[in-house]
Amino acid sequence: MYVERLALIIASCCILSYLLAMKYSAKRFKTWPLRKLVLFVSGIVIGLQAVAGPIAMHAHHSFVYHMIGHLLLGMLGPLLLILSQPVTLLLRALSQSGARSVSRVFRSRYARFLIHPITAAVLNIGGLWLLYTTHLFHLMHESALVSMLVHLHVFAAGYLFTLAMLYTDPVPYRKSYLYRVIVFVFALAGHGILSKYLYANPPMGIAPADARQGAMLMYYGGDLIDLTIIVILCWQWYQAAAPKTSLSAAKAAE
Amino acid sequence: MEDRSTYKRRNIFSGFMFGVGLVAFIDEAVFHQLLHWHHFYDLSSTTLGLVSDGFFHALSWFATVGGLFLFADLRRRRGLIPLRWSGAVLVGSGVFQLYDGLIQHKLFRIHQIRYGVDIFYYDLVWNIIAVLLIAAGIWCIRLSRGKEHVR
Repeated sequence: MYVERLALIIASCCILSYLLAMKYSAKRFKTWPLRKLVLFVSGIVIGLQAVAGPIAMHAHHSFVYHMIGHLLLGMLGPLLLILSQPVTLLLRALSQSGARSVSRVFRSRYARFLIHPITAAVLNIGGLWLLYTTHLFHLMHESALVSMLVHLHVFAAGYLFTLAMLYTDPVPYRKSYLYRVIVFVFALAGHGILSKYLYANPPMGIAPADARQGAMLMYYGGDLIDLTIIVILCWQWYQAAAPKTSLSAAKAAE
Repeated sequence: MEDRSTYKRRNIFSGFMFGVGLVAFIDEAVFHQLLHWHHFYDLSSTTLGLVSDGFFHALSWFATVGGLFLFADLRRRRGLIPLRWSGAVLVGSGVFQLYDGLIQHKLFRIHQIRYGVDIFYYDLVWNIIAVLLIAAGIWCIRLSRGKEHVR
């Protein structure tokens, strides 16, 4: 019970901080768009479903519900959150010296290592393989501490991976679009292969029928969210590759 | 400015990718979801088959979305040759269907086209359609040789 309460408190604090940052940023910059607040709040609320509330409750005995929680906490929630650009907002809200120390953290070697597309993909997809193919999944249901750590990792790795693919916040040393697309194909394949593997080899203590339903949900649900990320990534690429000369200038040159 | 041959190649690349993605999508939507002819997972599958299926599935999503964005890019640059692009779509569709029919279904046995029937005729029709698609696509691309870009 106290884990749920803790998660609720952290979630409320995050939303409150975002609102405060919006207020401070508006003093020196253009008003922060409201739709980004909506993205942030929905990201937090959706992620919270895996830890508190009915889905989290059913997840203790049902693999299908566990998988719904996984999709919300590890994929949809992070996607909505990175689209709300919290770090950009933070940098705007802080004083110059404050912003400088934050960007120093981001530029540190450790942060650069973490946001590297390959590191992020391994932490994200590798973490899932570890969770579902070892005793970890069983252990997670025995100990509240392990369960909390796993949830934390799933969320953090999902966030890191989505950020490393879409670069919505100022990420230092950016990789090219092609590089990210190739890493993404591997990650997407890893997720799909794991789903089908789980279909045939249920995790310890899970009934085959439950595992099959959960695995199919993981496959198609993961596809849906990954497809959204692919569209955004290709859209960014398309924008970046726009011809330099305007159409009227090109016509004049002919 | 890129020269004409760059655009010509890009028409082929974009169309091919979209064709691959399109057939993968039709396969998934029609045969898996609507008809339930294919299974989500055939328990006789090999590990290699599972991995190959996973990569092709991931690639097909990128092929669909990326191919369409490339199409938009060609239009933006006034470099689209519709007949050439359509021909490449047909070739892409045929190549994917042939790969699916020969490698995925027969070699790796990820799943069959249908269960509980004599599979031979289904396989025959599946692969003949694939070859016809490829032939029609190559014909379109050859016809497009003299064609100019859309202005």
